Amino acid sequence: MSLALDLFSIAAISAGVFFFLAGTVGLLRFPDALSRLHALTKADNLGLGLIVLGLLPRAESLLAALMLVAIWALVQLAGATAAQLIGRAVRRKGPAI
Amino acid sequence: MSVLQALDVGLAFLVFAVAAWTVFAPGPFAATVGYVVYGLLLSLVWIRLFAVDVALTEAAIGSGVTGVLLIGAAARLRGAETTPAEEALTGLTRLFAAGLCLLVAAALAAVVLLLPDQGPTLAPQSMERLPETGLGNPVTAVLIAFRSFDTMLEKVVLVLGVVGVWSLAADRYWGGAPGEARAERPEPTLAFFAQVLAPIGILVGVHVFWVGADEPGGAFQGGAILAAMWMIVMMARLTEAPQASAFWLRLALIAGPAVFLAAGVAGAVVAGGFFAYPPGLAKPLILFIETFMTFTIAVTLPMLVAGPPRREPRR
Amino acid sequence: MSDFLLATAGAILFTVAVGLVRILGGPGDADRMMAAQLIGTGGIASLLLIAAATGARGVDDVALGLAILAAFASAAFVNSGAPAEEPDPNPADDR
Repeated sequence: MSLALDLFSIAAISAGVFFFLAGTVGLLRFPDALSRLHALTKADNLGLGLIVLGLLPRAESLLAALMLVAIWALVQLAGATAAQLIGRAVRRKGPAI
Repeated sequence: MSVLQALDVGLAFLVFAVAAWTVFAPGPFAATVGYVVYGLLLSLVWIRLFAVDVALTEAAIGSGVTGVLLIGAAARLRGAETTPAEEALTGLTRLFAAGLCLLVAAALAAVVLLLPDQGPTLAPQSMERLPETGLGNPVTAVLIAFRSFDTMLEKVVLVLGVVGVWSLAADRYWGGAPGEARAERPEPTLAFFAQVLAPIGILVGVHVFWVGADEPGGAFQGGAILAAMWMIVMMARLTEAPQASAFWLRLALIAGPAVFLAAGVAGAVVAGGFFAYPPGLAKPLILFIETFMTFTIAVTLPMLVAGPPRREPRR
Repeated sequence: MSDFLLATAGAILFTVAVGLVRILGGPGDADRMMAAQLIGTGGIASLLLIAAATGARGVDDVALGLAILAAFASAAFVNSGAPAEEPDPNPADDR
């Protein structure tokens, strides 16, 4: 059982690393600011989400697990807000602001 | 080399790279973003040094208060990025400044490298006397019990900082409110964010303050998170900064140091020493002082960020 | 398993930091802000991984603090870049 959980953790965390890598590559390679913003939000949601998912079986208590989920949820809120704000700023003033 | 050591070396290298980038960045805004990221990396370094209290301070101040302050300042300077003073700097002056900075950095590095392996430390004494304070977190005990006078004066410095910021106001704005007025129709995204985040953040701020007695945390970290919550509500323009002349604001700014000082003086009478706590009552007294300190920090930091009064006072 | 967690923490940090160092040069301030946002999330992810691997106490509070303050830099950036008086070009979009 513990081996299965470890494998689950490794799979989820590796997938999370992949999304961080994808987000960074997108940020560097995509042609315009709004596409780059799109790449960024994937790392925010899925990257951190998958890592939290992978760490959940290793949490010491239910409270610690809930804390991990709460951190993820807060980053979601922050990421979504920041993306909206930056996106509106880009649309309003052009990408050079 | 184990993975942990490799991570530490990599982290140190990253901190150095971001620091160098911040120094050579093109323009103030890029440098500010570099500096905010530098602060974030430093809190990871503090975690690796098992100084979680410091990491929490770095996270709360760096991402919240100083981040907002510096980004706002950089954006305000955007229109006037070459000031006359900056143009007057010749290559020689810049070289001299760089040389001086290098000298300071080299001296600091030398001091750190020359430290004996077993540096002089008061840690064992602090741990030995820790039970007398009733606290479980030695950092809080050092801050509020063993060197309480310093901590009190540090908060006085913050209040003096606010006085300094306010003194930059034009004469006709003296006593008025800093920042922007409350919006009729706030920017919806930011308003929604502030409305959802503030209650959670206040809860977390109070939690960080409260657990500070036994776990990493404390008045400054909790106060900084609370301060950030007031800042976001003001940034969303759901509310506006109070007038600098408001009596309650003045009272809030001095409440922490005043209560702390009063407790110190009372200690001289009751417990036989300036800033001594009566045995057995130390913990409740410390928490009482910290409550006011947290409140004062939560009010002081947003006032520092809001800047000098920019509107005429209402009567 | 700890080594795996630490290695991934390092990998994430390295990835986002490389992105940051490259994009801090531009093209625009918005891109710099995005890079900072990404390294904020990456930093929280590394923090959680390092905490899980080393068992350091109280780290979850640090991650919680960082998560709460994650959007502050962007909010300050937008607030200072877009003056408050400026009317929204498409107010109808907001409903």
